[in-house]
Amino acid sequence: MNNPLYQKDIISIPDLTRSELELIVSTANQLKEYPRPELLKNKIIASCFFEASTRTRLSFETAAQRLGGSVIGFPDGGNTSLGKKGETLADSVKVISSYCDAFFMRHPQEGAARLASEFSSVPVINGGDGSNQHPTQTLLDLFSIYETQGTLEGLQVAFVGDLKYGRTVHSLAQALSLFGCEFHFIAPAALGMPDYLLEELTNKGIKFTLHEGLDGVMEQLDILYMTRVQKERLDETEYQHMKSSFILTSELLHGVKSNLKVLHPLPRIDEITTDVDSTPYAYYFQQAENGVYARQALLALVLTNEFGV
Amino acid sequence: MKKQLQVEAIAQGTVIDHIPAGTGIKILRFFQLADASKRMTIGLNLPSHGEMKDLIKIENTQFTEEQANQLALFAPNATVNVIDNFEVVKKFKVAMPNRIEGVFACPNSNCISLNEPVTSKFNVRETGCELKLKCHYCEKTFLSGLFTELH
Repeated sequence: MNNPLYQKDIISIPDLTRSELELIVSTANQLKEYPRPELLKNKIIASCFFEASTRTRLSFETAAQRLGGSVIGFPDGGNTSLGKKGETLADSVKVISSYCDAFFMRHPQEGAARLASEFSSVPVINGGDGSNQHPTQTLLDLFSIYETQGTLEGLQVAFVGDLKYGRTVHSLAQALSLFGCEFHFIAPAALGMPDYLLEELTNKGIKFTLHEGLDGVMEQLDILYMTRVQKERLDETEYQHMKSSFILTSELLHGVKSNLKVLHPLPRIDEITTDVDSTPYAYYFQQAENGVYARQALLALVLTNEFGV
Repeated sequence: MKKQLQVEAIAQGTVIDHIPAGTGIKILRFFQLADASKRMTIGLNLPSHGEMKDLIKIENTQFTEEQANQLALFAPNATVNVIDNFEVVKKFKVAMPNRIEGVFACPNSNCISLNEPVTSKFNVRETGCELKLKCHYCEKTFLSGLFTELH
């Protein structure tokens, strides 16, 4: 079986090809349907969080353990040699990677995972590096989209909220652009998609539209990807004025396509009202659960040759 | 009128010519050419076809094209002459490289490359008339003008 991801680092979405993304999604799908509790028996996985996280760490450690692997690591870098004694990340990675079979990490600085991959003797999986990449989030998003739509091809996808600073939005748009999806970016003017990304999409011939509110877009969508608008990013008056244009209520879901699913990387604050949770469109909690399967898929592909194309 | 060399000829080494006037010192500093063990000559504001240029001669060091291309951001029209026994044995114009390594620090203050034992690396991309540099580590993209302004 051809597994192009065996012993590879997973650092950034643009490093992955369309067929590699498809392989990860189909592996996640298989592992969700047919659990493999002994696949990583005798494998040790380091889970090193130089910056604290809730969902990413817990779902990753669950993924490793559901496959029969053991987990070592720390939930916060503050108590490590790096945080306390000033050791370089490079040295920490050299040492830790000599103890384990795979190295999953989150770090507050951009580029940390790429650097770690240059010093690690085992595959590195990026669990978020500052404001740069969070590829495992994108992979669980892709899996959730595939699971609910039966395809990743040619979908109508809207992204709502803070599109300027939201790394999950950037990576997901980059990944979906490989599948000919059409995008609708809905954000306050000050928090729109960065120009370089719009330029990248234009160069790839991807169709997209820009909006300053949810009105008028909803009826055509297959996926509505909500994100949090952080108050501190906007002027208080501006925030109060625009807030309601970016809040999803169950009322707004009248007349949408029956296959529409609402996704959100969580945590949500108030951008999706709780009455949406009980509609058939809400999928964000299942999406969070899918984080376990997407991360299982990565571990299975990086550490074994049992899946492939 | 007899032409006369304004900077003494060298027996062996590299002459970087047609550096924009005012950039020669910057190049020495950024490319760490000012190695104490090397004999070097720098000419500033030398007349050239009605304009002015800078020029650097480094003795006993032969630049490869790859090394010379690292200068292209500062001196896109520079020419490099490799000298052996007072003769020019190779001459080429610098070209924009695909990658610039170890020349300048990443402008992103939160980039990991700033406080770890690694060499900075940027991938160079030309889009229309703009030149952009993408950091290998933090993946942020910067316009080339930012680097030449900062330094």
